[in-house]
Amino acid sequence: MTATTERSLPSVAAVCRTRAGVELREFFRQRESVVFTLFFPVILLLVFGAVLDYDLGSGVSFTQYFMAGVIAAGILGASLQNMAIGIATERSDGTLKGLAGTPMPKSAYFVGKVVQVFVVTVAIVVILLAIGAVFYDIDLPSGTGWLTFAWVAALGSAACTLLGIAISSLARNGRSASATVTPVALVLQFISGVFFQFSEVPTWLQTVAAVFPLKWMAQGLRSVFLPDALAAQEPAGSWELGRVALVLAAWCVIGLLLCVRTFRWQDRVDR
Amino acid sequence: MAEQTPPDPDAAISVRGLVKRYGDRNAVDGLDLDIRRGEIFALLGPNGAGKTTTVEVLEGYRQRDGGEVRVLGIDPADGGRSWKAELGIVLQSGAGDSQLTCLELLRAQAAYYPDPRDPAEVLELVGLTEKAGSRGRTLSGGQRRRLDVALGIVGRPRLLFLDEPTTGFDPEARRQFWSLIRSLRDLGTTMLLTTHYLDEAEELADRVGVITRGRLVEVAVPSALGGRGQAPAVVSWSEDGVRRTAETGTPTAFVAELAARFPGEVPDLAVARPTLEDVYLRMIGEPVV
Repeated sequence: MTATTERSLPSVAAVCRTRAGVELREFFRQRESVVFTLFFPVILLLVFGAVLDYDLGSGVSFTQYFMAGVIAAGILGASLQNMAIGIATERSDGTLKGLAGTPMPKSAYFVGKVVQVFVVTVAIVVILLAIGAVFYDIDLPSGTGWLTFAWVAALGSAACTLLGIAISSLARNGRSASATVTPVALVLQFISGVFFQFSEVPTWLQTVAAVFPLKWMAQGLRSVFLPDALAAQEPAGSWELGRVALVLAAWCVIGLLLCVRTFRWQDRVDR
Repeated sequence: MAEQTPPDPDAAISVRGLVKRYGDRNAVDGLDLDIRRGEIFALLGPNGAGKTTTVEVLEGYRQRDGGEVRVLGIDPADGGRSWKAELGIVLQSGAGDSQLTCLELLRAQAAYYPDPRDPAEVLELVGLTEKAGSRGRTLSGGQRRRLDVALGIVGRPRLLFLDEPTTGFDPEARRQFWSLIRSLRDLGTTMLLTTHYLDEAEELADRVGVITRGRLVEVAVPSALGGRGQAPAVVSWSEDGVRRTAETGTPTAFVAELAARFPGEVPDLAVARPTLEDVYLRMIGEPVV
């Protein structure tokens, strides 16, 4: 005999708002995550901007090129790394199990995570663009450039968020997730045209990089920050925006399928 | 028995023939259990006996391999949000680390329930009012456990699961915790408590169940467990410089007899009944077939 009816439960929207508030406070109050996710790309931009300020030809500085890459790397950190490490930690310390025992709608948990990724991503992008514009005289996107910027960032962020959630299920705890994901992310940054021009990466490594979303995010964002003349330096001789959309969308689908198949609310039952 | 009586839908918890396998081992092996609404029931048993597994099946965390289970009239395998809204769960592992303060955590938790308690009142109830603005990591072990209990009760549960709630408490903190549990009982909350501490079970529980090798071997009020109520008393005294003991079903008559033999006080006289610990250790030590 249950006295409570479905009607009197708080609405899913209300619980989503609560979760979003929880997730934002959890992120911004944790010094490690703020430094690691938010300030690391900023430091990279400041250092690379100061050291590698050479001319790529057509009067374009490497900093202008690096802007696209560091934003892509920032999005990767805010979504894939943040989700993989954060959720693995919450799973191993019992936070997820505790939530699964409450009437919180499961969807609200993921909505909270998405809001966290969105706010952190916007914060990173705004900070990076502001520093670029103020200190390094970066040409900001204009007109339809913003539109391309928005869809590349949104699609890339969605794919990496889903992948991060999926990867979290592979790790034993937050620390092991960090130990696995951080080096992989770093290697991907080196071979995906973040720190160096992608055209300088050996062809076989370009092929490896082309499997993963970071390369395509960086390439899509370069189309926004660089003049079309530089598209000739890309592997295909063009920005390939159609393929960028296709690969990132494919990773969204793969990530979603992996999440649905692998997500667990508690550590593996081993007793 | 599983075939004879169906689970009782009016009980807070009703279990018939519960089986849970890990590999080829039956961690829970045909367990029957009924817990009435409003009672505090303590589940005792050694590590690995199947306590936590049983409780986690009841809470909906684990799928069973056999048997019938009703918790507040619902099969936990089908338990939706409305069902969960009537439960409070204090896990053995406790809640995880958080950057939120105690009050913020309770407010968030309260937002998942249809009719929550006031978070500030709950903090008062568990004695954490002065820690309302502190983050979890600054709390002592006992305070953290009280925060876990606060999170478990803020949704105004009708049934509260407490899995080894006082492990790691000092004696003072345990006594405070016991009085918290009694005040919850006065509010009408049914509780299923698992514990290693026999004094805790004796102090709090209306009934005690002993679980060994995945089965409930006995259920009784604490004072009668293992035939403790009828067990012979042990009378001990000193005579001619030697410690003497005798088991007797009539300790009063025996002591009167002793008193007549000695001119004054009987030296070192003591009368003892088996403690809950004595009967418990005997029960779990015996092979159960």
